[in-house]
Amino acid sequence: MASLVPCPHCGARPKEEFTIRGAALARPRADAEPAAWMDYVYLRDNPRGRYEEHWHHTAGCRRWLVVTRDTATHEIAASRDASLDTVGVKRTEGARS
Amino acid sequence: MTPYRLAAGGLIDRRAHLSFTFDGKPLTGYAGDSLASALLANGRLLVGRSFKYHRPRGILTAGAAEPNALMTIGRDGRTEANTRATMQELYDGLEARSQSRWPSLAFDIGALNGLLSPFLGAGFYYKTFMWPAPLWEKLYEPFIRKAAGLGTAAHVADPDAYEKCWAHCDLLVIGAGPAGLAAALTAGRAGARVILVDEHAAAGGTLLSETARIGGLPAPAFVAQTMAELEALENVTILLRTTAVGWYDGQVFGAVERVQKHVRVPAAARPVERLWRIVAQKALLATGAEERPLVFGGNDIPGVMMAGAMRTYLNRYGVAPGRQVAIFTSNDSGYALAADLEAQGIVPEIIVDSRADASPSYAGKARIVTGAVVSDAQGGKALSAITVLRNGQTETVKVDALAMAGGFSPIIHLACHRGGKPQWSDAQSAFLAPGDLVGLDLAGAVATTAGIAACLAEGARTATALLEQMSFNATPATFGTVEGDIVSAPNPVPARPLWTVPGVRGKAFVDFQNDVHRGDLDLAVQEGYGHVELAKRYTTNGMATDQGKLSNVNAIGLLAEARGISPADVGTTTFRPFYTPVSFGALAGPHHGHDFQPVRRSPLHDWARRLGATFVETGLWYRSSFFPRVGETSWRESVDREVLNVRAHAGLCDVSMLGKIEICGHDAAEFLNRVYSNAFLKLPVGKARYGLMLREDGMIYDDGTTSRLSENHYVMTTTTAYAAGVMNHLEYCAQVLWPDLDVRLASSTDQWAQMAIAGPKARLILQTIVNEDLSNDAFPFLAAREVSLFGRALHGRLFRISFSGELAYELAVPAGYGESVAEALMEAGAPHGIQPYGVEALGVLRIEKGHVTHNEINGTATAADLGFGKMVSTTKPDFIGKAMVGRPGLVDPERAQLVGVLPLDPTTSFRTGSHILAQGAAATLENDQGYVTSSAYSPHVGSTIGLALVTRGAERHGEAVMIWNGIRNEFTPGRLCDPVFVDPGNEKLHV
Repeated sequence: MASLVPCPHCGARPKEEFTIRGAALARPRADAEPAAWMDYVYLRDNPRGRYEEHWHHTAGCRRWLVVTRDTATHEIAASRDASLDTVGVKRTEGARS
Repeated sequence: MTPYRLAAGGLIDRRAHLSFTFDGKPLTGYAGDSLASALLANGRLLVGRSFKYHRPRGILTAGAAEPNALMTIGRDGRTEANTRATMQELYDGLEARSQSRWPSLAFDIGALNGLLSPFLGAGFYYKTFMWPAPLWEKLYEPFIRKAAGLGTAAHVADPDAYEKCWAHCDLLVIGAGPAGLAAALTAGRAGARVILVDEHAAAGGTLLSETARIGGLPAPAFVAQTMAELEALENVTILLRTTAVGWYDGQVFGAVERVQKHVRVPAAARPVERLWRIVAQKALLATGAEERPLVFGGNDIPGVMMAGAMRTYLNRYGVAPGRQVAIFTSNDSGYALAADLEAQGIVPEIIVDSRADASPSYAGKARIVTGAVVSDAQGGKALSAITVLRNGQTETVKVDALAMAGGFSPIIHLACHRGGKPQWSDAQSAFLAPGDLVGLDLAGAVATTAGIAACLAEGARTATALLEQMSFNATPATFGTVEGDIVSAPNPVPARPLWTVPGVRGKAFVDFQNDVHRGDLDLAVQEGYGHVELAKRYTTNGMATDQGKLSNVNAIGLLAEARGISPADVGTTTFRPFYTPVSFGALAGPHHGHDFQPVRRSPLHDWARRLGATFVETGLWYRSSFFPRVGETSWRESVDREVLNVRAHAGLCDVSMLGKIEICGHDAAEFLNRVYSNAFLKLPVGKARYGLMLREDGMIYDDGTTSRLSENHYVMTTTTAYAAGVMNHLEYCAQVLWPDLDVRLASSTDQWAQMAIAGPKARLILQTIVNEDLSNDAFPFLAAREVSLFGRALHGRLFRISFSGELAYELAVPAGYGESVAEALMEAGAPHGIQPYGVEALGVLRIEKGHVTHNEINGTATAADLGFGKMVSTTKPDFIGKAMVGRPGLVDPERAQLVGVLPLDPTTSFRTGSHILAQGAAATLENDQGYVTSSAYSPHVGSTIGLALVTRGAERHGEAVMIWNGIRNEFTPGRLCDPVFVDPGNEKLHV
């Protein structure tokens, strides 16, 4: 059965349109310590509660999103275009939360 | 005596006779009957055998919770096992068969299990069948499966259609009883988008079983009037025969509509079931309450029935339960039945009220015994008498029907589907819905509201509040006075739970479907399995198709008493979707057979088909595998010919399914430089380069060529299998990792037909249709340019790249021109010996050249493992995989490396997947040195050849090894060698 994912570009869409990559982690710098890379590639917190994940709207706008999902209830509290996080400038136009 | 049809009354159409069969015996009923009511009207008390003890069982309820009357309906592909007779509408020609019986319903050998019952108690699976262990698989399990039964699935395909759909609304009302109808009417009049679902064929819920009058109308007429108004409202959608089965996050509700499960031959143009996903801003749960059985000896004998169900059969279907009826009640509701029976001329023999202080507003003629219980019921296949126990004195009363009224459990399942825990209420003697629901409200009996008037009012009031939250102007619908509703007496005495009935001698069943009786629960507590979740598993209480709808609360009450604690402290097991069983057909919808997954066909598919190609499924694609010719007797013969022809003359292969990604932007070069492990910044315009893509963990992810078509425009090819994955990956890199780079991506896989033209004659043939000079100087190895074809009629992209090791090109043309260009090339190439070749020959050609595919790029191979160590840049500041590629484990010299492998004797062979052992080493896991990743017969080498990943393989060329196939126990002496078997100097590429 299905839940709905609020895409900031397309509105609420069924979860079947999306691909989930996993935790929304920041990629370490290339010269970061090996421990930082081990954390990034292998280690996940798996918390109970709100968790930020990277979801791809594969069968929609094909944008990567940061989706805040509750791991206990699957409730999605928010979603935003992932590029807003790393681009430095918070672009809000066109993004409905 | 047996049940029988009353001379008049009920909501059935006595002019419409319907014929049906039960276990092959022809019977008749009326339109409006359920299968259960029709069986009762025909005097069929015995309808099934119980799961474990094979005890005779009759119809217990009139609704969704029915544990006993499970039948197999229909035949062949339309066979539906475990159908509840209480939920199945009668239709002409219906064929029903009882279950869990052998050889027949009346004479059942399994009933001997009843004599063995001391050995079949709680936990008997774990105790009895533990030892000796070897007997489990051969003896115990098949025996239990056969004896335990339930229905059997048909082994032929279901001929009917199923579909899935979405719906959206402001207010979803679940249940069309008094509360639900009032809510839907209130919301409908306010202009909200309303969806009203009810699992029954007719709306009305308990109102259809009522004798009360509402606003002067009999309750069923009131329902009809209300439904007529709702049907006239365009903003109201009514879904009958639709069970809401789950509440999910995002305010999504699952519902199953049985569109054509009530007809003998469904119309082909419509589905038989629909799976709805309903997105509702707000939802109102008006599912009512389930009446609880009472746990006394022999409470499962046919003739014992729920009191509310008896009212339904009497009032709605015009079926009397028997001639001598007794009522055993722990609350006032039993008296409503008494009044209804008397109205039909059946004065109850006795009303046994467990409350000493009962004071019901009952003015009938039946004898009432208060402070008493029915301790036991007697009878075999039909009830004959009951034992009434009062103040230590027993009295036997001859009856043929007994009603149980053990209080009500609100049907809160959906309210608990998202993790909320039910709350025990001492005042209501029931588990109530979790208190902190968002988006879902309750009204009516599910909220413990009693009486028609109160339920109507609460439905209207709750809907109004929900509508106001959504900014609708709503006024609660009002209805006329309710008369004759016995439960709506002021201050009804609350149901006092009667868990442990005193004086019981026989088996007192808690869970009818799973044959769990009171003694089983006592045993579970004694043996330390008293926790509700453990007791469920130990006794099987609450399992199978009804999931304890009738039994769970009684089991919890009994566990509480046995443990000396409150039901609140026992708690419940977890309520999970689905509320009732959902067919696989509904869940699969149209996605089965050919429609299970989409089919992808290349733009050259029909061209290949015309040339007689045999196709092979690779992922979603149908690829041409080989092109057999007349006279060829095996696939190998065809493939060998195609391989030899490519190396001797020329071949044309469809490679359209390779992933193609257009990459544009001022930073496209920088982007490619970061996603590939090798350098891309200096790739000149008009050139292609082989690229290696790593994962962040340092393993190879995919490979392919990328060509620079103009300053800021590249086209990347990926492997067929990873085309979609690479596109997603690149988008991740562009959008998430480096959004500051100016780069745009577009998949163009489907837009181009692409063909490989390979072999010494390839240039000659291509030049006949390409305008530009293709000489080695003008268009050298790795040239990649747009070219014009057939004069200037068409433009395409030409790449001088080779997978076969021959002089080769890949020509891409707009997809729609693919077939005609392929035909033109075949025509131009005919004098030069061109032949089409498929992926089998392609595979042989690439293995002969030691080119890797995902057989070798298997997620555990590094670039160095496959001989691509120099393609991992040491100078680039960053690229995907750079940080981890140098980890000690990934540069360990003992790692498996790509190597060729040959049999010592060319007449012997080996298979992909075979393992490599050092010469003389025993075939053990410890001695395993790697395995063959690809193998094929090479017509050029004249034997089987293979590629393998073997420990230190790169430095062991020439070493003799043993090739071991452990599955077939085959040993082939072999030799490791250079993985390039043909033209190791790559001279053919550059001619």
